[in-house]
Amino acid sequence: MLVVNLIGIGLIALIIWWFWLYRPGNGVAAAPGQVIEVRVRDGVYEPSLIDAIAGKGISLKFTREDETACAGQVIFPELGIQKELPIGRPVVIRLVPPEPGEYAFHCQMGMYRGILRAHSG
Amino acid sequence: MAELQTHRLALDGLRCAGCVSRVEAALSGVDGVTQATVNLVDRTATIQAPASVSAGSLIAAVQAAGYDASPVQGLENIAEQQAGEERHMRTLLRRFVVAACAGIPLLLNMFFDFLPAAQEQAAIWLLIGLLTLATMLYSGRHFYIGAWRGLRHHSATMDTLIATGTGAAWLYSMVILLWPAIIPASLAGMAGHTWFDAALVIIALINLGQALEVRARGKTSESIRRLIGLQASTARVLRDQQEVDIPMAEVVVGDVIRVRPGEKVPVDGELLEGSSTVDESMLTGEPMPVRKQVGDRVVGSTINIAGSFLYTARHVGADTVLAHIIEMVKNAQASKPRIGRMVDRVAGVFVPTVLIIAVLTALIWLNFGPEPRISFALVAAMSVLMIACPCALGLATPISLVVAVGKAAEFGILIRKGEALERASKLTTVVLDKTGTITTGKPVVTDILADDPDQLLRMAAALESGSEHPLAAAILARAGDPAPLACESFQAIAGQGIGGIVAGQSLLLGNMALMMAHGIGMDDGWRDRMQALAAEAKTPMLLACDGRIMGIIAVADPIREGAQEAIAGLQAQGLKVVMLTGDMRKTAEAVAARVGIRELFAEVMPEDKDATIASLQAAGEVVGMVGDGINDAPALSRADVGFAMGAGTDVAIASADITLMRPSLDGIVVAIALSRATLRNIKQNLFGAFIYNSLGIPVAAGLLYPIAGVMLNPMLAGAAMAMSSVTVVSNANRLRLFRPEG
Repeated sequence: MLVVNLIGIGLIALIIWWFWLYRPGNGVAAAPGQVIEVRVRDGVYEPSLIDAIAGKGISLKFTREDETACAGQVIFPELGIQKELPIGRPVVIRLVPPEPGEYAFHCQMGMYRGILRAHSG
Repeated sequence: MAELQTHRLALDGLRCAGCVSRVEAALSGVDGVTQATVNLVDRTATIQAPASVSAGSLIAAVQAAGYDASPVQGLENIAEQQAGEERHMRTLLRRFVVAACAGIPLLLNMFFDFLPAAQEQAAIWLLIGLLTLATMLYSGRHFYIGAWRGLRHHSATMDTLIATGTGAAWLYSMVILLWPAIIPASLAGMAGHTWFDAALVIIALINLGQALEVRARGKTSESIRRLIGLQASTARVLRDQQEVDIPMAEVVVGDVIRVRPGEKVPVDGELLEGSSTVDESMLTGEPMPVRKQVGDRVVGSTINIAGSFLYTARHVGADTVLAHIIEMVKNAQASKPRIGRMVDRVAGVFVPTVLIIAVLTALIWLNFGPEPRISFALVAAMSVLMIACPCALGLATPISLVVAVGKAAEFGILIRKGEALERASKLTTVVLDKTGTITTGKPVVTDILADDPDQLLRMAAALESGSEHPLAAAILARAGDPAPLACESFQAIAGQGIGGIVAGQSLLLGNMALMMAHGIGMDDGWRDRMQALAAEAKTPMLLACDGRIMGIIAVADPIREGAQEAIAGLQAQGLKVVMLTGDMRKTAEAVAARVGIRELFAEVMPEDKDATIASLQAAGEVVGMVGDGINDAPALSRADVGFAMGAGTDVAIASADITLMRPSLDGIVVAIALSRATLRNIKQNLFGAFIYNSLGIPVAAGLLYPIAGVMLNPMLAGAAMAMSSVTVVSNANRLRLFRPEG
């Protein structure tokens, strides 16, 4: 039973680390003015981590290939951006991360998740 | 020279004419741009530039100037979107049927035992296991792929829960078939039971639930589909003196179009020849047909009733009023009110939390549960994974909003943002601007007191023909044809009236002060009549001819039809109704009394209107301001909710939070009632979804077992989960039945 319990506790620790604590290394680097293509497919944004420079504008071109209704919108809560993503029709979102830090983006239910990481120039 | 392309951008953040010139300058500054025009009315920019200039660079230029822009999209993509939804639903139903056909016989076997026991014929059951896997991969492929990709990206979704639950059921079943010895002898009996049926039935039910949800969601966008459906498909255009039918996509600005009785007006334009009455109810909600004459604006998708006419196309495609309405409705549907934001935070941590609860549940059953512990642990953990439904939570707010915003559009009410709807439900005070809101804003002659009223009107019209005062328009309109007599030596005396010589007679038209200033005697009878008219909120004017008073002509801004009932309706909703006007207190009081308003602010200069709103807010009121959207812009934006009362199909005033396309105060009553109904609906959804999850998860985990000795079957949990989203969407769909009271 001890082994089973240890496995269970290990599993919980793994869930916490994998979904909440894990901080990815390098994302896709976006140069100022560059257009980064983001695919919305099978429950994820690809890429889901984008590195940008604070104060410089970038464009994210979202293409939704996922028919699940959940994928219908992308929201950048800190930047006040909310866009509808029609299936198969690219939607370009231009944004300027105002200061260094992490800006999350997600679907309307917060399950498709991505991070825009702004570094100081 | 390179061929020029036309780009169209939808602009955001434009407030004034100054913004227009800044954006135009920014766009003109982009290399290669030959022409850039910004339309403040529909908030678009039209740019001529060589093909080498990308839309991205134009948008970047607009953003650098401090505004936002995006390419204008046509209407067709919504139709495509619907076709996509339809396909998606069919796919889901197919997956449901396949999984159900495989799962139901296995489920029935549990009761009728027509298959040999697994312990006796392991080979048959291994084959069933492999067939189950194949079916799971066919019908539930999207869950497994989604879960796997999510896992790789450190994100957990609904798919994670479904894939983990059904995957665990299959894996456990295969293990007991292949290595029955793994299960200790003490756990025989129920532990020997496979869970292939559960995995299949759950996948079937969730596919069915999603298909029902797609269908119910389709209904939620019925209003927008109806709007899209309003579009005509062809237009009869004059080309080389011939009338030819061409598809809508080929109609260009400047085309002369023929519309016959009963036909739809294809695009927006200006009437060129002929006259008719046009039914605009589909856009404005106004049931009365509108008379159209040469020079009048006609709007695409409205229906020509009586005459045949020719008109010039002025706006086509995504530029039309209909396209703008659709765009606005779509944008509002996609916006998120504050009430939904808390849910976002919950949803973000929901799935991993459920995974942890499932593991904990299994551990508790394994440690403390009765025998067979493994079975109990598996059943409970699977049920937890299956019953948890973040979708119901996530859907609760947006789905109601989609229905409500669409519903509002049906009443000719355009809502700019979901937040406006939320705030409208909390209003405590509604401030109504007088001119143009409570009244029509178009003064008319109401009384002519004279021995010969026609003669008096003719003389007044002759005098007024040189004046640009709004009252002059009323008198001239009343006099009608023939053209007024010529007036010589016209003079306007500020604050008093006008004077001049008509047909050799010296005329004066104005207030009592004007008469006194010219030494014209007035008996008490005239005085009393003047005062009586003023007390009725009219503007009376005396007309004197060669030093003798001939009569009184009174002009008033008529109160809108139904204003009194609408104000009573607002008061019945528990709202305080306040009138705000620049007019003299006496006139204002007379109007207020007639429409049943008890509180008013009179003699307020236009620039002080927003300060008045601010003072009400400071007193703790949540204020809705109703105005014409042009003169009241600052007050409208200061108010918690700004309502702009539209002049028909003019969406120029779309800058307000809520725009009433029909110039009638009923719209306010409907908008507020709808906002309250929507908020109530959202709260029901959120409450239901929270209660469902917070009761469902403990029950699934087996909390009832120690008390009542029952465990939730994972298949039932899956069914409950599938139905919870459908319930939320169906509840939101109830808003489609919203009817304003009375």
